Amino acid sequence: MGVIYLDHLAATPLHPKVKEAMIHHIENVFGNPASDNQVGQPAAQALEQARAQVAALLNADPKEVVFTSGGTESVNHAVKGTAIGLRQKGNHIITSNIEHKSVLNSLRTLRLLDYRVTSLDVDSYGLVDPAAVEKAITPETILISIMLANNEIGTLEPIADIARIAQKHKVVMHTDAVAATGVIPVDVQALGVNLLSLAANQFYGPSGVGALYVRKGASLWPLLDGGLQENKRRAGAENLIGIVGLGLAAELARLEMPQRLPRLQALKDRLTKGLTERIPEIKINGHPTQCLPHLVSVSVEYVEGESLMLMLDEEGIIVATRSACASGSLRASHVLIGAGLGHALAQGTLVFTLGMDNTEADVDKVLQVLPGIVQTLREMSPLYRTERTG
Amino acid sequence: MAYSPIVLDHFKNPRNVGEILQADGVGEVGNPVCGDMMSVYIKVDQDRITDVKFKTFGCGAAIAVSSMITEMAKGKTLAEAMKITNADVAAALGGLPPNKLHCSNLGADALHSAIKNYLDRKAGKAAAPDLDKEPHHKQEGEGCYCPYCEKKVEEEAPMCIFCGREIPHEHDH
Repeated sequence: MGVIYLDHLAATPLHPKVKEAMIHHIENVFGNPASDNQVGQPAAQALEQARAQVAALLNADPKEVVFTSGGTESVNHAVKGTAIGLRQKGNHIITSNIEHKSVLNSLRTLRLLDYRVTSLDVDSYGLVDPAAVEKAITPETILISIMLANNEIGTLEPIADIARIAQKHKVVMHTDAVAATGVIPVDVQALGVNLLSLAANQFYGPSGVGALYVRKGASLWPLLDGGLQENKRRAGAENLIGIVGLGLAAELARLEMPQRLPRLQALKDRLTKGLTERIPEIKINGHPTQCLPHLVSVSVEYVEGESLMLMLDEEGIIVATRSACASGSLRASHVLIGAGLGHALAQGTLVFTLGMDNTEADVDKVLQVLPGIVQTLREMSPLYRTERTG
Repeated sequence: MAYSPIVLDHFKNPRNVGEILQADGVGEVGNPVCGDMMSVYIKVDQDRITDVKFKTFGCGAAIAVSSMITEMAKGKTLAEAMKITNADVAAALGGLPPNKLHCSNLGADALHSAIKNYLDRKAGKAAAPDLDKEPHHKQEGEGCYCPYCEKKVEEEAPMCIFCGREIPHEHDH
């Protein structure tokens, strides 16, 4: 029996058609899209086709799509590029406490360069309050960067509301939509954002490639300086193999989403319900309805996440944890702490992210083995003392 | 995570899990903020550890370390047991990943704490277990400081922009 992969947020497997298209590209096209000759032209065509495919997924104009090396670069470009591009206008940036590290650490860099950052608290569901955003705006504010979907607890932020406020105050709005794009409908017109980051490895495309949506008229300085590629926004010869994969993955996500979404939501509901029924003293994190359809974050009292993850791994079930122990930084998740969890409970957090290949049987296997694993670890835990007090 | 086969064995089949209700000494170290918390219980007869059990809240490494320390301590005299170091435990486990050496490798500390508790009780100093737990709450205004020039630096910064030195990536509480 193969493994049950429930860590699609770390990376999705390549869609078979994406893999096929990438191999076809490797075997048939090698030119530089910037070369105006018969070798370069097929490359240029592949590049522009992928751009149109990504634009269609976002309801954007192809000219507004800039290819990058992934979500992290897109976010860095949006945040730092806007900060530099609008430096004459102001130096204040608004964000939330539960952003991805690519946002938080881009802002860390900007603080060294005398930008000021307001980082907003979230409620226990992880929601940012649009009124708090508006209150934080000053004449110096140049950028608001709030994520569309949180990558640890799945909560969907009220981006359209916040973007309306940003527009009213003539502030640029970026949303890190890496965890959402290709999973749920993401429409840049409906959202009203100026900048949006996405990555192919969230929707069955390859890792190491992504895109930044840049609305027309954005004052965005390049992150990578060099040649004139990507309409002068992103220098360097394109990762065309990856971009071809991203393009097709975007098209497949758009076409298959009506089938994928209800399946994922049904599996998620089954998993959430089963966990709640079968394991006492757990907490399901994130918003109960305004949430990604494929993510379940669960915090288990009295035990630590990495040991849960290892024991599930033994059973052939691959999940992620947000415990400090499993992170490089040895800190509890800033997202879970930001949403008000205590350190001990945050340590016991598992994140399941479902994918289109998962089945009800996969979910049932988790529900069959996890209660026993939790009990084994609880009996080993000094924090679990029911036998003493009981 | 790159755990050795010995670590994985002790994680999957931990030895001596549990509590000793009439323990002669109890040691508790760590806290959930750091990720790991260990309790070690010992029975002592004529200065020799006759039984030892543990309870641990923590990652795979922490559980394996706890299991290993109980095996290493059982049957040893108190003096011998006091000489076991955290590094000895890590070595007996075939090594631990570098980022686990500081936080999870608390087995010897927990054992020594239990022995100290036993000796204190014997001397009539402490009836209850000696809880060796720091409160460990992050203070407002607390931050990260460069270990070389001691200027305040950004969290998780790879280098100090004041002195230019690389900041070691490890547990920084």
